[in-house]
Amino acid sequence: MNGDEACCEGALAAGCRFFAGYPITPATEVAESMSRRLPEIGGIYIQMEDEIASMAAILGASWGGVKSMTSTSGPGFSLMMENIGLGICTETPCVVCNVQRAGPSTGLPTLVAQGDMMQARWGSHGHYEIIALSPSSPQEMFDFTIRAFNLSEYYRLPVIILADETIGHMNERVIIPQEEDIEIVNRRKPTVSREDYLPYEADADGIAPMANCGDGYRIHVTGLTHDDRGYPAMDAKAQEKMITRLVDKIRKNRDKIIRTQNLYLDDADVVVVSYGISARSAMQAVRDARKDGIKAGLIKLDTIWPFPEELIRSVASRSKAMIMAEINGGQMVLELERSAFGACPVSLVSNFGGRILHPGLILNAVAKAAKEKT
Amino acid sequence: MPDKRERHILITGFGGQGIVMAGDILGKAATLYDHKHATMTQNYGPEARGGACSSQVIISSEEILFPCVEEPEILVCMSQEAYTKNIKSLKTEGTLIWDTDLVHTRKTDAAFKSFNIPATRFAEQLGTKMMANIVMLGFLSAVEPLVHAEALKKAVLESVPPSTRDNNLRAFTTGREYGHSILKGLVKPEPGKHQE
Repeated sequence: MNGDEACCEGALAAGCRFFAGYPITPATEVAESMSRRLPEIGGIYIQMEDEIASMAAILGASWGGVKSMTSTSGPGFSLMMENIGLGICTETPCVVCNVQRAGPSTGLPTLVAQGDMMQARWGSHGHYEIIALSPSSPQEMFDFTIRAFNLSEYYRLPVIILADETIGHMNERVIIPQEEDIEIVNRRKPTVSREDYLPYEADADGIAPMANCGDGYRIHVTGLTHDDRGYPAMDAKAQEKMITRLVDKIRKNRDKIIRTQNLYLDDADVVVVSYGISARSAMQAVRDARKDGIKAGLIKLDTIWPFPEELIRSVASRSKAMIMAEINGGQMVLELERSAFGACPVSLVSNFGGRILHPGLILNAVAKAAKEKT
Repeated sequence: MPDKRERHILITGFGGQGIVMAGDILGKAATLYDHKHATMTQNYGPEARGGACSSQVIISSEEILFPCVEEPEILVCMSQEAYTKNIKSLKTEGTLIWDTDLVHTRKTDAAFKSFNIPATRFAEQLGTKMMANIVMLGFLSAVEPLVHAEALKKAVLESVPPSTRDNNLRAFTTGREYGHSILKGLVKPEPGKHQE
């Protein structure tokens, strides 16, 4: 099956029973599969009038107690930004899959890019933390979609899957495990009495138990800065308290959230960092470099946000050079530079989208970096 | 760059011919029934139908990383535009397969191992030209066995709507038998049409 279909199957396996979306290449097959599969298992599929409404609908469904998701590509992702912010502020678990195509604007509808990395991080206004995952195969589309739901349920926020056209449209074998072998996380429920429940009163780890609409608890949900009751609290003190918690619940748990796949890091001189479809080209280049006697290594970012700063810093301190391979003008390379903190030179192998990176390009950059005198 | 164990196939035509489906079926046969690795990526334009379209299939005994077919060893052409666009990429020792009625080849293509079949005409005779892709797969299974024929047949049956299984099986067999007849010299391939 292709990556989009695998995303749908992963969502269903994770317990998703509500999908609202608007078809857009190259994410259409996610919606299409959902429209076929959800009714079979008692779920609901709605084709909305646009992506603003799609995002609103999945937030509402989530508060109704159902795991929900939407899928889109660049133009729709832009429209979703406002309500992604609402999801963050109201701490609403849900999943947004962005199968990236080349932009800006309508761009190249049917062709690949990885240009929405920073938009996923900072696209909605205000200061917040986000979780985003980047799959490199249809199998990872399946696996990471399940993980996206688990993270969203646990940390209570919209989790973004940053896929790309090639992964979405690529057919490969996908192994779906037995139901009992799939780990499922559900949102934390209130344990206190109805009288004592405050919807935004967090446990020690910064995460507040969530009562769904209709559970019988008193809840109030707003995009305004709010207090523990969920009521608007219009002052700097309330803002400080709320944002600190929204930020800390991700930052302080980053070790549990961040995942990378590392190859040959033990003795690597030149380390390529990549993600999504580009990570496959990077892995080919690293293997080819090893055949040529170059000590190359790879960090594949399974989690894009939060970024693995500590890992990068420690690898940079013992590497000759680091290279980011990505399909945009240079986005995650900025994070790589920041995290390497001057410990080694950082360079970029990229294009602006429309085609995937050739392993030969990355290999050339690795070979060049390996030759540089330190 | 591509590993020698990897087989690189490019199936081309226009949107609506089932080009992507043909690649999907080939990949399914390789992965689900022959238990190999395979990737299929697709290229198409923003049009729903009629634009140039291609399906790139890689089959390998090992994990495939870079999924693009840059220099196919087998090129299947089901439209003139697709032929013109892709013929330059075919490996010198590669195999060219085309739909006799839809593609005018060049005389210089004789350097390739080449086969042609009026797949669309055969499919029409069987009831609908929509099955031209399946006729072509049957033909491919005879002239270039990339996967086991049984695996491919299973993948065809699994991929088409249940009510059309019998017809598609006939389409597959028609293509396959035509391929065998040509290989055995029982049927003389139609001369095909050449560009000026």
